[in-house]
Amino acid sequence: MSIQTMLMQLLGGFGQTVIIFLLTLVISLPLGMLVYFGRASRLKPVSALVKVYISIMRGTPLMLQLLLWYFGPFYLWGANIGGYKFTAIIIGCSVNYAAYFAEIYRSGIESIPKGQYEAAQLLGYSKAQTFIHIILPQVIKIVMPSVTNEVITLVKDTSLVYSVSYVEMLAVAKQISAAQTTIFPLVAAGVFYYIFNVIVAFLMERIEKRLNYYH
Amino acid sequence: MSLLEINGIKKSFGDHQVLKDISIHVDEGEIVSIIGRSGSGKTTILRCATMLETIDDGSIVYMGETAVKAENGVLTYASSADRKRINGYFGLVFQNFNLFPHRSVMENITDAPIKVWKRNKDEVYAEARALLKRMDLADKENAYPCQLSGGQCQRVAIARALALNPKVLFFDEPTSALDPELTAEVLRVIKGLAELHITMVIVTHEMNFARNISDRVIFMDEGRIALEGTPAEVFDSGNARLTEFLGNYSD
Repeated sequence: MSIQTMLMQLLGGFGQTVIIFLLTLVISLPLGMLVYFGRASRLKPVSALVKVYISIMRGTPLMLQLLLWYFGPFYLWGANIGGYKFTAIIIGCSVNYAAYFAEIYRSGIESIPKGQYEAAQLLGYSKAQTFIHIILPQVIKIVMPSVTNEVITLVKDTSLVYSVSYVEMLAVAKQISAAQTTIFPLVAAGVFYYIFNVIVAFLMERIEKRLNYYH
Repeated sequence: MSLLEINGIKKSFGDHQVLKDISIHVDEGEIVSIIGRSGSGKTTILRCATMLETIDDGSIVYMGETAVKAENGVLTYASSADRKRINGYFGLVFQNFNLFPHRSVMENITDAPIKVWKRNKDEVYAEARALLKRMDLADKENAYPCQLSGGQCQRVAIARALALNPKVLFFDEPTSALDPELTAEVLRVIKGLAELHITMVIVTHEMNFARNISDRVIFMDEGRIALEGTPAEVFDSGNARLTEFLGNYSD
């Protein structure tokens, strides 16, 4: 097999990696905010439940969670999980990352001084207006570095879907490597991950810089 | 009818009663200073009057409309529509400004009138520019709070409060976070407002300022109003607690 063919096959797998990454991000970033609201809820049962959820998400391996999301419906209800793998992966990754993002948002929101809320109240802002116009923009700036960290981890964590035999870049690399008895595809996959993360880090840094107009 | 009536309010934090039956009436155009040592309850009065704190007992009435009433710890607020209107009767200038750091000077002043109070944008901007000029900040409208001195920040905060055209403006130790030079520039601005006959209630540690600017001075001592009257009546009263308090100042 020529190097070019190998790279083309790897790129195909890379496409899957990118799709899982983007979908997880698009779902988990807002979902994390929802989880934060649940955790901050004044309804004790809600906040307690959300706390347990966050604790489990952070306290068990994502790989195990993916296995449970995918095989769970079959073992529990004998459901046909034939076409369900991709959905299970996106649910598993999103729900896991939302828990991390929720905690990042919490640290950001709790670091906003009480005076900001009081000034907004005096000026007549409703609770929702205060959150959207005053608090959230400041929180985004504060949490940016932590979010960047998490996003970079997500790029690498997409390879965990290998555990449910989903074919993405790492799976392709391992297949080719075994079949052709060469280490090259594994190294090439590493280079792809690395370049992707360099780009992600660069983009996040640009956003951070753009938010640097005040401190 | 008084612009503001604070009727017999009481407030405790835990076991500590900070306000013990306080009544203050403020008429339109009046300038009232509240003085007293730290912990005597001055700031808490403003925080109760502006609904930042709940009250345990008593009532707060603006323009004859009851904003909040408490009996034995049970609070009754005005309906939410009334509350919003009543909320527009007063503004508060904080000790540490509480400007919005992510918003320019102009946005800090105009955002609430436009977004919250749905006023005409051009009109609000024109008023804001006039206010900034009055505050000697005409060239700072595009600056961010972090680029300003403390005195400039406080003047922006005053402009922000005035942009909503409140009937009464509260000042919570507006110069306590500033050095003497910046204090002077902020006090000069507040004096300028006095000439416009804006009703003001000022909690301050600047005794000369309180004496010069006020129609009425209230001396707070351990959660009670110990003295109330014209600056001359209060400062020349010979009251032992006040003399002791003022003595700490001249040292």
